[in-house]
Amino acid sequence: MLYDTIVGIATLQGMSAINVVRISGIDAIAIVNKIFKGKDLSTVSSHTVHYGHIIDGNTIIDEVLVSVFFEPKTFTGENVVEISTHGGYLIPNKIVELLVKNGCRIAENGEFSKRAFLNGRIDLSQAESIMDVISAQTETQLRLANRGLHGDVKALVGELQTTILDIIAKIEVNIDYPEYDDATVMTDNILRPDIKKIVSRLSVILHNSETGKVIREGIKTVILGKPNVGKSSLLNSLLKEDKAIVTEISGTTRDLVEGDWNLGGVILNLVDTAGIRNTDDAVEKIGIIKAKKALSEADLVLLVLDQSRSLTTEDIDLLTLTKNKPRIIVGNKIDLGKHIDIKLEKTIDVSAKNSTGLDQLEAEVKRLFIDESLLKENQLMLANARHIGKIGEAKTALEDALKACENHFPVDIIEIDIRKAWEVLGEITGETGNEVLIHALFSRFCLGK
Amino acid sequence: MITMYDAIVIGGGHAGSEASLALARLNKKTLLITGNIKMIATMPCNPSIGGPAKGTLVREIDALGGEMGKNADQSYLQMKMLNNSKGPAVRALRAQSDKVLYPQKMQQTLFDQPNLEICEAYVNKLIVNDHICQGVILESGELIYSQTVVLTTGTYMEGTVLVGSTAISSGPDQQKPSIGLSQNLRELGITTFRLKTGTPQRLIRSSIDFSKMELSPGDGFIYHFSFDDSYFKPIDHEWPCYLIHTTEATKNIISDNLRKSAMYSGLVKGIGPRYCPSIEDKFVRFADKERHQLFIEPESQFSDEVYLQGFSTSMPHEVQDQMVHSLPGLEKAIIAKYAYAIEYDAINPTQLWPTLESKKIINLFFAGQVNGTSGYEEAAAQGLMAGINAALKQDQKPPLVLRRDEAYIGVLIDDLVTKGTQEPYRMLTSRAEFRLLLRHDNADMRLTEYGYQVGLIDTNRHKTFLQKQAAITAEINRLKTLYVNPGKTINDELKARNLNEINEKLSLFDLLKRPGMTYQLAMSIAKETRINSPEIYEQVEIEIMYEGYIKKAKKEAEKLIKEESITIPKTIDYDQLHNLALEARAKLKTIRPCTIGQASRISGITPADLSSLAVQIKSGKYNH
Repeated sequence: MLYDTIVGIATLQGMSAINVVRISGIDAIAIVNKIFKGKDLSTVSSHTVHYGHIIDGNTIIDEVLVSVFFEPKTFTGENVVEISTHGGYLIPNKIVELLVKNGCRIAENGEFSKRAFLNGRIDLSQAESIMDVISAQTETQLRLANRGLHGDVKALVGELQTTILDIIAKIEVNIDYPEYDDATVMTDNILRPDIKKIVSRLSVILHNSETGKVIREGIKTVILGKPNVGKSSLLNSLLKEDKAIVTEISGTTRDLVEGDWNLGGVILNLVDTAGIRNTDDAVEKIGIIKAKKALSEADLVLLVLDQSRSLTTEDIDLLTLTKNKPRIIVGNKIDLGKHIDIKLEKTIDVSAKNSTGLDQLEAEVKRLFIDESLLKENQLMLANARHIGKIGEAKTALEDALKACENHFPVDIIEIDIRKAWEVLGEITGETGNEVLIHALFSRFCLGK
Repeated sequence: MITMYDAIVIGGGHAGSEASLALARLNKKTLLITGNIKMIATMPCNPSIGGPAKGTLVREIDALGGEMGKNADQSYLQMKMLNNSKGPAVRALRAQSDKVLYPQKMQQTLFDQPNLEICEAYVNKLIVNDHICQGVILESGELIYSQTVVLTTGTYMEGTVLVGSTAISSGPDQQKPSIGLSQNLRELGITTFRLKTGTPQRLIRSSIDFSKMELSPGDGFIYHFSFDDSYFKPIDHEWPCYLIHTTEATKNIISDNLRKSAMYSGLVKGIGPRYCPSIEDKFVRFADKERHQLFIEPESQFSDEVYLQGFSTSMPHEVQDQMVHSLPGLEKAIIAKYAYAIEYDAINPTQLWPTLESKKIINLFFAGQVNGTSGYEEAAAQGLMAGINAALKQDQKPPLVLRRDEAYIGVLIDDLVTKGTQEPYRMLTSRAEFRLLLRHDNADMRLTEYGYQVGLIDTNRHKTFLQKQAAITAEINRLKTLYVNPGKTINDELKARNLNEINEKLSLFDLLKRPGMTYQLAMSIAKETRINSPEIYEQVEIEIMYEGYIKKAKKEAEKLIKEESITIPKTIDYDQLHNLALEARAKLKTIRPCTIGQASRISGITPADLSSLAVQIKSGKYNH
């Protein structure tokens, strides 16, 4: 435990434009290397910075700078990697999740500082002052952490863990009681379909967990558009209140106006922004900068176009700007007729003024972000980076076990990764340790002399 | 005060034998006190040594300079390599041992051992002054002084034999139990608890109809336990075992008579092991199972008795007669010895340091079944370690504590002293996190060096060991420099064996990594000269084939090693420490772990507790 490789977000999440994810420990560089597309970090010099991408399989998660520090001259005295990511909640959390999946443990409060002390990087008085602050926080943190998992998910993970334990017990009984004739002799062929089944169930949990996070944290939704397309009207009609000032004058909205749109239990954190255009007005300029920043942090963009008029270059610029974001194009002012022509992409026709077309917009948001069936069946709502990471780690381990099966390794080798998956899930359910395993063995099989 | 002996060992079972030999061989003037010299190193239960995990323990004992492996090599009736197909980490050697020969050979070794005296007596009390153990007081009242005492009383302390509704104060095999010593231990502040175990019937061979049974033969004399192969002599013929199953009649007899069993009449108070339940337990706990398997095992070439494995019970004799006669081939079997259950006093092993020395009483060591274990091998392993550590302590040398990544012995003792046990503890491969590293085939590689440094492995054997080690390394390196090229002949040969063809030049090292490949085959395909010693090429094979997995395990072990390297001062005052959860503080005070690694394995200790602990140890402010 003391020498696990740990990960933490070193910056205040959601508050800054850039976040730093810090990793410390013997495997820090090897683990980051697994999810970093760029230079091979195991070959770079210490105290260097590298540009590249964090990837999850083939998906690019973020464009990042990675700083690599080899022990011992680092903050903690261990190998340290710092990943500078973009801001917001989703990206740094996703990266932490990926790192956990690849073998990191989420750092305890103050753990980086404690390691710094243990490795002689800071002195005792520094360490003690840090620890005092931390112990004050720990109680609350602990309560929060324990709440992390939804009961249903815990039950489901527990169920999968039991299924895995069952497989392990079957292998173990063969090994510890080779002459016991009432147990099937496990082989790679018998194991493969069982493992595959669990892998696919874990995949489902992982897939669903994306929704869970959305439910927990809400969807940061930015309403964007050139001036006077009716962004504030849209905000008001979605919120069913007059939150933003609406006038005929272009550039009325200068600061960000926010409100929560509750969509069947899922909160959309709506942000109305200043219309984006070239302007000399100093205040409006600041508003535009803020709008662009809000855009960078957004989970979803509602790009509002005035479809009673033809597309302008400003519209096209905005279409380009939001190209890589999850977005919905809202064709407002449908009450004034349709003169716009966008063939590229689905447009939702609404009239913010008359509150028409809002249902279709709602349906589209749900389609993009919330799988209705999930909500209905009240299935898992995984919402915790640590747990998602652990489930991912378990899945990877089982995939390794499958590879071993395919290479016809003997069962004791195959079991190494199956057992790893069981242990990793145990970190979620609390069911872990050799005793549990041995109990499983003797409660399932009648063994003895 | 006159010190007559360097060490006294109480009890001559498998733990006591190893402890006595280790002490005497390390030049300690040793006295072994046993109730009955003829019963030294007898096998009161199953007539076998080894098996999964246990076989590895035997090889580890051997690598450290213990006696069990050599003794088993000289007294076997059958040798079998178990789990051959299940992988390198779990292969296990098991001997059916000759119950007459095994103790005979061990007794001879003990009699011949210089520095070792043996006396027949019962110990009633320990001489303890100011928390220091200074010797023993015999039943006769005689005082014998020593620097160290190793207590290995097995199942003898307050032993009670239970059959049906009768409970008789007795040790195993109708031996006199040890009465009073455990009371004395409790007075000295050591807590004890009741455990239960049992043994099945012995039958007269000539009364059995073997034609109704399935034959279970041995392997044919290839393997032996000891690194030193001079003890192993192939025997004329291996003695087979036989497999049978219980019948419906057996089930009915047991369920009709369940209340007569000591286990179910409320007579038994001790906690029995899950790993060797009585036959009535099996039928009760697995009610849906129609039948249970049993083995008939040979006991000795000098005796007409066989062992009915799987049929241990505490039913009255008349019911046992019926039960045995309900089994196929045993319709007319004569029972030579009835099955019985035995209850005894054990000590809670968390009261021991990892050296097996008592935390409360200095210079008093505990080993074997008295520490809550089950099995000859587990006992012998502890006896050896207690003997070694008692000797090292007298010589003021650092103790020998094996880590969990180094030996099953390390797992065994760490589990006992860190987690304790509620039932007789049996070694299982499932208990080892690093079992790919803890193979029976590399026990010598792992531990010979320790045995040599301690002084139980002599220079000759050490030299042979070093040569073997060098030969393995050399061969692995040689395979990296030899290549095969793709070609028709080679690929035809591979195809004929259902193996993948090769398409590019490949080192033999990489060739050996391919699924289905063996050392012999690789060398024959490449037409290279091969090493003939199976002990060497088996190591080469395993090291190469499972390289990825072994590396991963070693990397995991590195973390453990690092945590084990932070020692916790014995004088630490946990009440003075900050930032520890209440539960953690209470547990740390009880277990008093020696290292951060050991602390991490106490249940309920969190990473937060651990790092707080580590920080404060480093600050050095909290010792008193």
